[in-house]
Amino acid sequence: MALLQISEPGLSTLPHQHRLAVGIDLGTTNSLVATVRNGISVVLNDENGRAMLPSVVRYLADGSIAVGEAAQAMQSEDAANTIVSVKRFMGRGLKDVGEISRLPYRFADAASPFATSGGSGQGGMLQLRTVAGVKSPVEVSAEILKVLRSRAEAALGGELVGAVITVPAYFDDAQRQATKDAAKLAGLNVLRLLNEPTAAAIAYGLDNAAEGIYAVYDLGGGTFDISILRLSRGVFEVLAANGDSALGGDDFDQRIHCWLLEKNHLSALGPQDTRLLLTHARAAKEQLTEHAETRITAVLSNGEVIDNVLTRSEFHTLSQNLVQHTLQPLRRALRDAKLGVADIKGVVMVGGATRMPQVQHAVEEFFGQTPLTNLDPDKVVALGAAIQANLLAGNRSGDEWLLLDVIPLSLGIETMGGLAEKIIPRNSTIPTARAQEFTTYKDGQTAMSIHVVQGERELVSDCRSLAKFELRGIPAMVAGAARIRVTFQVDADGLLNVSAREMGSGVEAAVAVKPSYGLSDGEITRMLQESTQHAQDDMHARALREQQTEAEQLLEAVQHALEQDGKLLDQAERTRIETQMGLLRDTLQLADHLAIKRAATALNDATVSFAQARMDKSVAHVLTGKNIAELGEK
Amino acid sequence: MQLASFDFQHNHFQLFGLAQSYQIDTAQLDQQYRALQALVHPDKSAHLPDAEQRLAMQRATLVNEAYQTLRSPLRRARYLLSLHGVDTQEETNTVMPLDFLMAQMEWREAVSEARQARDEGALAQLETRLQHETRGLEAQLAVKIDAEKNYAAAAASVRKLRFMEKLAEEIHAAYDAIDN
Repeated sequence: MALLQISEPGLSTLPHQHRLAVGIDLGTTNSLVATVRNGISVVLNDENGRAMLPSVVRYLADGSIAVGEAAQAMQSEDAANTIVSVKRFMGRGLKDVGEISRLPYRFADAASPFATSGGSGQGGMLQLRTVAGVKSPVEVSAEILKVLRSRAEAALGGELVGAVITVPAYFDDAQRQATKDAAKLAGLNVLRLLNEPTAAAIAYGLDNAAEGIYAVYDLGGGTFDISILRLSRGVFEVLAANGDSALGGDDFDQRIHCWLLEKNHLSALGPQDTRLLLTHARAAKEQLTEHAETRITAVLSNGEVIDNVLTRSEFHTLSQNLVQHTLQPLRRALRDAKLGVADIKGVVMVGGATRMPQVQHAVEEFFGQTPLTNLDPDKVVALGAAIQANLLAGNRSGDEWLLLDVIPLSLGIETMGGLAEKIIPRNSTIPTARAQEFTTYKDGQTAMSIHVVQGERELVSDCRSLAKFELRGIPAMVAGAARIRVTFQVDADGLLNVSAREMGSGVEAAVAVKPSYGLSDGEITRMLQESTQHAQDDMHARALREQQTEAEQLLEAVQHALEQDGKLLDQAERTRIETQMGLLRDTLQLADHLAIKRAATALNDATVSFAQARMDKSVAHVLTGKNIAELGEK
Repeated sequence: MQLASFDFQHNHFQLFGLAQSYQIDTAQLDQQYRALQALVHPDKSAHLPDAEQRLAMQRATLVNEAYQTLRSPLRRARYLLSLHGVDTQEETNTVMPLDFLMAQMEWREAVSEARQARDEGALAQLETRLQHETRGLEAQLAVKIDAEKNYAAAAASVRKLRFMEKLAEEIHAAYDAIDN
């Protein structure tokens, strides 16, 4: 089969024509755009020579919008209309943002246009009420992307073919989808969503001709990622990713902010003062990277003067558990990759927050080696994204390389008893697809609800709900006779599509998972953390629920069979079965899964010959022209 | 390999140009996998029309699936047996030798005790022992499949190996639980 080269309208097919493509690091605190020029990846500066665009958007009453420095300058004065760290809201519902009372925004609970119709009624992604109307985080992010897009088009002198947008490796499906939507809203053709640590590895690896296993420790403004990669002969293979999508430099600012409140016996500040102190807290944090102590002075709106000295060691104490918190995902990633600390050849540090000495010390101590800091932690992600964009746009650079990335969180489906059945395990190389067959629970069941979840916990209620959809028109059959095949396809952007089909009839339902609701702060992270805290409870709860469900199904099936075909039994046999049924019903009251299992096995054993007799009868029915669906009717 | 000769009908062994046997050269598999992904990965066709991109995703998905199947001794054996028309019946056939089941119970208790005692050293020991036993079962599989072509006996070994894999998962979960 020959590959047809068909050019899209407006795209030149001339081999020497360079296609304009950029890499964009859409950060919590700052955003950057980079491109490959003459074979070298470079960050594009604004007209004042600044590379970093503060990820701040201010909406004004006259309908105009300020982005970047201009917006940042007004963040205390006009806190409610000036959105900072919007990345934390991407793909998140109101309930997912824990610190909502501390934030200077007015949140709207209206249903978002991005909500899934099958959502759990929580109204989709959160929205912000501004003087210019209600804005979704997707729209706010799009304003940042628009500025970067025009910066790039001005610098490159033409329209862009496309862009690679980076996302934290630990972003879930909802957050990825929201990012892609924002790019589309900004008029960008998304060539790929690329994981931030992977982008850094590409920039570092190609620059240094690195070979071996590397760890990328990426602590950004609002997110933490750890990725373990194998670099060999131009192949970047991600072995494991882990992280915390709600931990970053912002949390260190918060710690200083809280310390200031405590020192000055303050409580319940207004939005303006809150933003003011957070801004000072950030400045103090940055000061402490270079200096042993820093002085924080500010005047609150009521005239009260804040004047405190914070030492580096005090700051280290305040933030110690945040730093420790990053080591747990690190250990998990290593275990998932089946590697030890000694296998790691180098540690690449990414994200402005890795400049903090206490972070560098902790990483150095963990790996027993000095982390690599010979690249700018603020720029390396954008530089890597630009290299990827150049390749994807079809600009062959000569040195061919390949990227194999993974999905960070397991994907699954809700099964009987509220259990999550994993279909695609975390750290599977993408693109990937997996099909699993499910069956009906009741006789004559004609519809089935498919609930897609993401996370590592055993119970659905502890995982993040992505979407629900319904498969209708299943031909009526006896319980367990229908075969419903559910296929999960994860593409190279890490985005999921689910489809379901009844194998006998070919009835099909498909859903593009476009989720947007219900989380407590960082449900994903919480899920992973709790998955170990509660693993013990989970195991027991799971075993018990499984046994209870199975036993109930068995009782229902036997009862149904007795009603329908009891005449096939003699009295002694019937009594034996009914006795076992009674015993099983009694054990169901006990929270002892082993006892339930024993009683269920006994009932099963007691019904062997009855089942055989029924099967013979069924076959006879089919032969006489009745179908299986009718057999299932009472 | 050329993209034009990529065939969705090929079985996993044919896809990587490997002989259809349990014992395989994993270095060759790794090398073939990378060469194949370099050809079919969606990144190579991101600038092409949607239909080409979809096709690339399907090819790359199949290559990943085939690679993961052949890379794992358990999945490789299960797949190879299925090519020979033998169902390993891991869900349905629960008839196991009594001594094997007893040993399984002891394993589980040991893992659960180590977990409750938060004893990483004990887990590491269990892990080493488990790896040793797993290797033994894999060696048996090589003989049963490649030399004796006794697929029914091999299916029984696969069922045992599945128990071992579940134990390995439990040990992994125990490490995560301790690390909290």
